[in-house]
Amino acid sequence: MSPRKAYQDELNELGERMNMMGSMAREAITLAAKSFEDLDLSLVERVRELDEKAYETLVKTEKGIIKIIALHAPVAGDLRYVTTSLKITTDFDRIVRYAKDIAEITERVKASNLRHFKVLVSIPRISEMAVSMVDLAVESFLEGDLDKTEEVFVLEDRVDSLYDEIFREVLTYMMENSANITMGMNYQFVARYLERIADHACNIAERTVYMKTGERVEK
Amino acid sequence: MGESSAKIETRELDAYFGSNKAVKGIDIKVKANHATAIIGPSGCGKSTFIRCLNRMHEVVPGTRVTGEVLLEGEDIYSRGTNPVDVRRRVGMIFQKPNPFPNASIFDNVAYGLRMNGIRDKAFIQEQVERSLKQAALWDEVKDNLDASGVSISGGQQQRLCIARAMAIEPEVLLMDEPCSALDPIATSKIEDLIFDLKNDYTVIIVTHNMQQAARVADWTAFMYLGELIEFNKTKRLFENPEEELTERYITGRFG
Repeated sequence: MSPRKAYQDELNELGERMNMMGSMAREAITLAAKSFEDLDLSLVERVRELDEKAYETLVKTEKGIIKIIALHAPVAGDLRYVTTSLKITTDFDRIVRYAKDIAEITERVKASNLRHFKVLVSIPRISEMAVSMVDLAVESFLEGDLDKTEEVFVLEDRVDSLYDEIFREVLTYMMENSANITMGMNYQFVARYLERIADHACNIAERTVYMKTGERVEK
Repeated sequence: MGESSAKIETRELDAYFGSNKAVKGIDIKVKANHATAIIGPSGCGKSTFIRCLNRMHEVVPGTRVTGEVLLEGEDIYSRGTNPVDVRRRVGMIFQKPNPFPNASIFDNVAYGLRMNGIRDKAFIQEQVERSLKQAALWDEVKDNLDASGVSISGGQQQRLCIARAMAIEPEVLLMDEPCSALDPIATSKIEDLIFDLKNDYTVIIVTHNMQQAARVADWTAFMYLGELIEFNKTKRLFENPEEELTERYITGRFG
C-alpha cells in the first residue's frame, strides 16, 4: 500500500473510531439518565459495558493518533483534526465515565430500597439538555458543523443556571426533612455529573471550532 | 534601518530561462536576522528565485531577470552594481557540499579572503578559526586543518562550505537544500547552526523537507508554478494556512 493511501486509511479509521466513541457517549448518557429517572436496573449493565468499550476504543484511538503523528507528521487541517481528536477522546471517555457513575447511583438507590421523594422535573430537564449537548457536540465534530457548536454554547449557559437552581432546590428539601437527605444527595450528585457531562460537550464544541478555524475559543 | 525591517525585498520579480518564465511576479519582504524557508514542489521556481537574490541566475546562458531585488533598499540589478559585490554580501550554500577538492580545510575557508586581496596572515588565521567555530566545525577539524577539504564526512563538508561562505562576512546566506545529501545527525547540526546564524545573518533556505522548514524558519513561503502562493509565519502556515493550495500541498493532497 502506498504511504499516501496508508495515511488516508489511517485518518479514515480515526474518523470511524471517533464516530464510535461519540455514539457510545450518547448512548451511555441517555441510558444512565433514564436508569436514574425510572430507577430501572435493566439499563445499568449496558452502561457499564459501554464504559469498558469506550475505554478500549480510547486506547486504540490514542495509539492510532500517535502512529499518525510519528509516521506522517500531519500539518494544517490534518494536524488540527488529529490533535483535536486526541483531546476530545478524553472528553468522550469522561462523559461515559460520568454516565457510569450515574448508573451506579441507580444501583445503590435500588439496593437501599430508596425511591424518588418527589416527581422529578428539573433532573429530567438537565439530563435532556446534557444529552442534546452531547448529541450536538458529537455531530458538530463529525460533520464540522459550526452552527451546532453555537447551539452547544447556548445550552451550556442554561445547564449552568439550571444546575444552580437544582442545587438550591434540593438543599431546601433536605433542610425541610432529614429523611430526604440520602436521596437528596443522590440528586445533587446526578445533577452535578450531568453538569460535568454538559461541560465536556462544551469542550468538544470549543475544540471543533479550533479544528475548523484554527482559532481557540473559550466559552 | 531597524532590525526587523526588510533585508531583502523583491518587486515584481520575473526570471526566465529563454522564453520560459520560471519565476512570476514575486513580491516578498524578507526580514533581517530571521530564517525564511521556501517550500514548493520540484520545478516551482524556488531555487531559481533564490539564485536571483545574489545574481547567480544570470550566470546560466540564455537567462534573464526583470523586476527589482532590493538589498537594504538598493536594487542589486541597477546599472553599475557589480555582481561580485552582491555575491560577497549575499552568500550561497548549495545542495551538495562542494569544497575545493585540491585545497586543505584551512585554504577552503581562507580562499574568499585571499580572493578579496587580504594578505594579513594573522587576520586570515583569525577569520578561518572564527568561521569554522561559527559553522560548528572547529572542534572536529582544528587538529587537521591541512587535510583535504574533501577528506571529511559529507556533513562536515557542508559545514566547511558554510564556514567558507561566512569567512567573508556576508549579510545574507542563501541555502539551497543544504541538508538533502546529509544524514539526520549531520542535518540536525546544520539546523542548529541555522538557528544560531540568524542572530547575525538573514537566512533564506530552500527545502523540500517541510519538517525542516517548520523547525528552523520563522517565516515560510510556499511557491507553486513560479508564483508565490503564501508567505506567512511558519507556525501559521503549518497549523492553519490561509490558502487552499498551501493546505493541499503540505498535507500531501496534491495533483
